[in-house]
Amino acid sequence: MNPYIPHTRRDIEEMLSAVGLPDVEALFSDIPEEVRRRFQPLGLPPRDEIWVHRYITGLSQRSTGTKLIPFLGAGLYDHYVPPVVGHVLSRSEFYTAYTPYQPEISQGTLTWMFEYQTMVCELTGMEVANASMYDGATALAEAVYMARRTVGGKAVLVPKSLNPNVREVLATYVWAAGLELVDVPYDEQGQLTLSEIPEDTCALIVQEPNFFGVVEDLSSLKERLGKAFLIVYVNPIALGVLEPPGKFGADVVVGEGQVLGLPLSFGGPLLGIFATKMEYLRRMPGRVSGRTVDAEGKEGYVMAFQTREQHIRREEATSNICTNSALCALAATVYLAALGPEGLKRIALLSMERAHDLAERIFSLPGFRPAFSGPFLYEFAVSFSEAERAVRKLREAGIAVAGPALLEKCGVKNAFLVAVTEKRTPEELDLFVRSLSSLAGKE
Amino acid sequence: MVPKDLRYTKDHEWVRLEDGRARVGITDHAQKSLGDIVYVELPPVGKEVKKGERTATVESVKAVGEVFAPLSGKVVEVNETVTKSPDLINKDPYGQGWLFVLAVADAKEVETLLTPEAYEELVKGGG
Amino acid sequence: MPTIYARGQKGRKALALPNLSRKEEELLQKIPEGMRRKESPRLPEVSQPELIRHYTHLSCLNYGVDTGFYPLGSCTMKYNPKLHEDLAWLPGFTGLHPLLSEEEIQGALAVLWELSEYLKGIAGMPGITLQPAAGAHGELTGMFLIKRYFEDRGELPRREKILLPDSAHGTNPASAAMAGFRVVSIPSDRRGMVDLDALKRNLDETVAGIMLTVPNTLGIFEEDILEITKLVHEAGGLCYFDGANLNAFLGRARPGDMGADIFHFNLHKTFSTPHGGGGPGAGPLAVSEPLVPYLPVPEIVKDGEKFRLNYDKPKSIGRVHPYFGNFLVMVKALAYILTLGDEGMREVSAAAVLAANYLRVRLKGTYKLPYDRLCKHEFVLSGEGLGEGIRTLDIAKRLIDYGFHPPTIYFPLIVREALMIEPTETEPKEVLDTFCEAMLKIAEEARTNPALLKEAPHNAPVRRLDEARAVRQPILREPFPGN
Repeated sequence: MNPYIPHTRRDIEEMLSAVGLPDVEALFSDIPEEVRRRFQPLGLPPRDEIWVHRYITGLSQRSTGTKLIPFLGAGLYDHYVPPVVGHVLSRSEFYTAYTPYQPEISQGTLTWMFEYQTMVCELTGMEVANASMYDGATALAEAVYMARRTVGGKAVLVPKSLNPNVREVLATYVWAAGLELVDVPYDEQGQLTLSEIPEDTCALIVQEPNFFGVVEDLSSLKERLGKAFLIVYVNPIALGVLEPPGKFGADVVVGEGQVLGLPLSFGGPLLGIFATKMEYLRRMPGRVSGRTVDAEGKEGYVMAFQTREQHIRREEATSNICTNSALCALAATVYLAALGPEGLKRIALLSMERAHDLAERIFSLPGFRPAFSGPFLYEFAVSFSEAERAVRKLREAGIAVAGPALLEKCGVKNAFLVAVTEKRTPEELDLFVRSLSSLAGKE
Repeated sequence: MVPKDLRYTKDHEWVRLEDGRARVGITDHAQKSLGDIVYVELPPVGKEVKKGERTATVESVKAVGEVFAPLSGKVVEVNETVTKSPDLINKDPYGQGWLFVLAVADAKEVETLLTPEAYEELVKGGG
Repeated sequence: MPTIYARGQKGRKALALPNLSRKEEELLQKIPEGMRRKESPRLPEVSQPELIRHYTHLSCLNYGVDTGFYPLGSCTMKYNPKLHEDLAWLPGFTGLHPLLSEEEIQGALAVLWELSEYLKGIAGMPGITLQPAAGAHGELTGMFLIKRYFEDRGELPRREKILLPDSAHGTNPASAAMAGFRVVSIPSDRRGMVDLDALKRNLDETVAGIMLTVPNTLGIFEEDILEITKLVHEAGGLCYFDGANLNAFLGRARPGDMGADIFHFNLHKTFSTPHGGGGPGAGPLAVSEPLVPYLPVPEIVKDGEKFRLNYDKPKSIGRVHPYFGNFLVMVKALAYILTLGDEGMREVSAAAVLAANYLRVRLKGTYKLPYDRLCKHEFVLSGEGLGEGIRTLDIAKRLIDYGFHPPTIYFPLIVREALMIEPTETEPKEVLDTFCEAMLKIAEEARTNPALLKEAPHNAPVRRLDEARAVRQPILREPFPGN
């Protein structure tokens, strides 16, 4: 018997006899005989723990990429994950629970959800946040669907400076909904230039900072959009130093929360942040925890506004989402609580400081220029005539950056993207500059 | 307890006919099966509705009740008080818990409504 | 329940962070004035011991599979093996960036490829995508595939409706509607199965497909499954199978052999990855031959000993995940499949179905069992008729007092006062027996002392909560003074 099944032979016999069946096979007599006959096994023997441990560990060691120094960001960033996060996540009362359908025995989950919602509102400057979506990309797609439900319209204005992987997910959802992606160009600063706004505009999306690392100016965008939604896709670490989008009238703020205490994890699981205005609460997708009292007047939490959700409203629900990224949202909650307001700002500034140090040194090398002149925080695009060669050179030195192919998707030629977090050391910065210096002067 | 001076629909709405107008709410049976009502969405005044058209929504914590127009007509009045205090529908479904008033477009449609006796039968039968 | 905001003091820190070498003002000057943050976000200010105590305390208010029996129907709350948790946290997995080049991510691609092969084999279907992040995301991806398939064949907008049994999970109609389909409900017959006559009446040239849960949400295997899929195919439609209930026939039958065109797995149910208090899960999708060209990009291909990513799929719906899906969840599922092997998987369905039937026969005399027949991994009782004014909710809350997580309640919608019980294969018979005894005792209490049920739970961290108030007077974030 497999190690997770506790039934003894005697247990099985007793249960079969209670059910009145001769053997286990009789439990499956309702599956058509033809279907059972066609069944083919995988040809896999059962394995012991030591074998499985060794085998999977072997697979984990086969990826050489973890040995590279990650100056690679492009949407997911190598920030420091404090051990307090992992220790809280490993409490199995948290991770082996289901969605908190029974609030009386789920106060742990419901309380941290409420804390998380508060923190997301504080970061984004919005009035209400849900308890998470799968990732930033699908959170963005859901925000566009919400805009369509609320204001109608067909055109979704998307800057060419949006993360291309996120854009590809959005494109799938936009196609399915019969909406249309309309490109918004960027200028030499790398910032979007919004010329005219089509009449049937449903929403404008702005990534902050954008894919090139450049800080966008959010002021006056909402005024120009009118009723169409302003959706801001944020990096929450950047909100330690950037004015929250809520201050600029954003209708929805979404973002990728991986940077808040989650490892890179080969791109999943991630954390979709979603916050909006109170007036759109009933159109918002996802779960929400709300504060209330119990029969004795004691404070407690429940899932509120469930009538928006699929298990009640079915085809008229605000979304089909059920399972979300709860445990990742718990990680973000613990991470933000550990940092506090000063710590969050410090992480953003430390990353900025190292990034600007590095940028200054790279751009002092002949032939290396900033691809854009706009303000940046901790990620920037480097133009170089032989960008591919530069990236190869960095790899040889054990450094990973986002190569030219990704930037080309956004219309930027001969450039690569460099991200710097608080984890990068002066020695690593030196190595970076040294590796490029032999190429300097090639124009 | 089904008031005798009202007419009803099989979807558990009640109708009070008031001189060419129809005041509409949900029945005691309907509010009981929904439970604590927490939210009401009413149509805008001036909206033309057809009989059977979805006109208002009444929500409890874990259920959504759609209110269909029992008659065709124009919405001439809505009960703003219940949007602020939805529990009025639980407390006084036939009085303060009314939802909207229609200017009846076709008086003949009134005959399609259920009598109190017929509605009582319906509820007893598990409808 | 005090939140983290009730703890700490201004200026307290939980971490020792590096100092800046430049002046803060100098760095902030790099941000245009208008975009610079003026007010700090109000985040907690706590020391590390306070932080850890707070979340440890919160965890103690929760009930998980590691706490006790969790017979939450439809959710397959089985035990989550600890080895698999540790394996998912190996630095070779957690430290890997998904945008590295193919040569640098071979180990991760090997995990994806190997899991793909096993899942295709388990489904008995030739195509797969691992991108969907949850079951509902898999459903939505499936609906997108159906849409693209008919678009490609020039059958849109004619094929605009998706048929759904009235017992379906709520995610099914929501997913179909999100993809722009019209949902048509098909009633269940007296056996609790799809009413074939009603199905036939709705099969015409506007049908895009049907979404079925196998076994259905009553825990009953659709005996006419082959007939149903044949009829839908004859009408030109596609058959979507919701795989939430795969635990019922794992290692014994394959959806591909039943006529499924699309089948989603819930790795966080059948394949023992924990649910995380609401996620993350993973909802890989297996498809039949005609749908393979439409699967999301990239496709993971094995070329000799190397793995590579194929983006050259002109008919693909595109991406539904920015990278490869919930990778760490997949590591756990792969470890589970390897540990069990074919034999272990057959044991899973045997033990899960036996446990469910055992509970069914023990409880059916006392509780109403509206569909009394052989069940698969779960079954649905009704809480009606136990006593004056007693509702299923009361039974559920009273079970908490006996130390159990309640079953799923008020679902499926076709059973009044439903109690949906799924024991899974990982519970000892002693636990099943204790649960039965508690259920029987509660039925007795419903007659002798109904207040015990009405006022339950009595010994949970909180008493029954006022859910209406949470909506009437919404407090959805910490209301800071002066806010």
